[in-house]
Amino acid sequence: MKVRSPGLVSIVAFGYALLYIPIVSVVIYSFNDSRLVTLWGGFSLRWYASLLEDEKLLEAALLSLRIAFLSATFATALGAIVALALHRLVRLRGRLLLSGMVTAPLVMPEIITGLSLLFLFISMANLIGWPMNRGATTITIAHITFSMAYVVVVVRSRLSAMDESLEEAAMDLGGRPLAVFFDVTVPMLLPALVSGWLLSFTLSLDDLVISSFVSGPGATTLPMYIFAKVRLGVTPDINAITTIIIAMVALAVATASIVSNRRRPVEAQ
Amino acid sequence: MNDPSLSHDERSLHWLRRAVKFPYFWLLLFFLTPFLIILKISLAEPVVAQPPFTPMLEWGAEGFEGLRITLSNYAFLFQDGYYGIIYLSSLKMAAIGTLMCLLLGYPMAYFIARQPPDRRHLLLLAVILPFWISFLLRVYAWIGLLNNRGIINEFLLWTGVIDAPLQMLYNDFAVYLGIVYSYLPFMVLPLYANLERLNLDLLDAAADLGARRWQAFTDVTLPLSVPGIIGGCLLVFIPAVGEFTIPALLGGADTLMIGRVLWDEFFVNRDWPVASAVSVVLLLLLIAPIMWFQRLQTREQEAGA
Repeated sequence: MKVRSPGLVSIVAFGYALLYIPIVSVVIYSFNDSRLVTLWGGFSLRWYASLLEDEKLLEAALLSLRIAFLSATFATALGAIVALALHRLVRLRGRLLLSGMVTAPLVMPEIITGLSLLFLFISMANLIGWPMNRGATTITIAHITFSMAYVVVVVRSRLSAMDESLEEAAMDLGGRPLAVFFDVTVPMLLPALVSGWLLSFTLSLDDLVISSFVSGPGATTLPMYIFAKVRLGVTPDINAITTIIIAMVALAVATASIVSNRRRPVEAQ
Repeated sequence: MNDPSLSHDERSLHWLRRAVKFPYFWLLLFFLTPFLIILKISLAEPVVAQPPFTPMLEWGAEGFEGLRITLSNYAFLFQDGYYGIIYLSSLKMAAIGTLMCLLLGYPMAYFIARQPPDRRHLLLLAVILPFWISFLLRVYAWIGLLNNRGIINEFLLWTGVIDAPLQMLYNDFAVYLGIVYSYLPFMVLPLYANLERLNLDLLDAAADLGARRWQAFTDVTLPLSVPGIIGGCLLVFIPAVGEFTIPALLGGADTLMIGRVLWDEFFVNRDWPVASAVSVVLLLLLIAPIMWFQRLQTREQEAGA
């Protein structure tokens, strides 16, 4: 296949168009004054204004952010430990089981993960009386569990690319294990930890299926709220939410690329 | 102490050995146990109670009285042709969706891998970027495009290509489109990783030996990229089989996918034992592709280390 053959180029262009047209159209129509999706009724910010008045939406967004922050933080810590253990503890007892349990969530149908976790929480409530109510806590636990798997993948690939001689040098110079870990290993792993955290945060913020299963009557996350609304068709205020999320993602990506560009010279040494 | 690698290991890993117990326990409790519970419930009978299924172990006044399990939920799944059709239809839709994803993703990965490094990163980033925007919202975006009064239909009507709106939403077509669109990055990334590593010398050699470009592609590049193709296809196929959001938002009433049926079985019919049996069978169907994927991953890990 010729790289510049018109056939190839047009397929590639089609692929990118497919990826971006839906996003661009939502952004454009979020500024549409008309309630109808296709009719352009002039530029307006009314859907953004209506978001601010929607208390349920704001509540759901706050809950989602809280869960995402907590679960990403825990998942990053736990995932990093698992990745380190799998990478360095060759003779760890139950290593195979650990590596199986931590990669399985990557390919498990969400709907099964959600259902099985719900059954666990119900059995636990019957057995030990906890958790009495399902909600933010149970959703957070579920999110930590599947996010951890992604963190492990990111951190492991970083570990296998990493030069371990620095840590060995620090050890040989008499550094205590934990001190060496926090002063040498963690800074070297930082890019992987940051991307693992961001990935977990996004996955948590995005999760509809698992949250729907493990949540209780009181707790509605942002995706659950959005799903209930869009199941009935297009609603312009959801376009506005999407646009805000796109803006936030764009900002985060820009920040991350600036940070990683600044880090690169250090890594090259 | 004389062996530097050993001393490093011995001194630093003691705390890690202790620390890893916590995530280990976490996964046993929140990942493995739930599956055992689902298996257990799938062997129980539904009852009108809380929880709505019979206990596995019977306890009476005399203590333990017996084990109570039934295969009736599984028998129900197999006798009732409905579920068989849904499983087959899910596998079929996931397979067609995966194939369409491959047909689009392969040329993209190939194109990106043959660009100069700077542009390569940019093009790759452009493939990954949408992934960071909510999956649910990206699927939702298609409703506005595919609607009978949506942007595509209005445009086609305006240009006069069609006289009446095309039914593009709430049918299988929309589900395929949703699968291709949502999972395209998962197809492109492993393919790219594979194609980028391909030894260009082999292609040059093929060209030197007089192969036409197309022939060099089918005889050299394509066979060498098989691991990438398998990896990408599994990464799309496995989640697509159990997909819920795409058929729920874009599919029609006659779009049969197991994720959606499982959701209804649980939330609408409240039949926990049948929902559990449906999940167990779905897992059994996916075990072969999942194992295949795991093996591929392990090999990649070892090759990378």
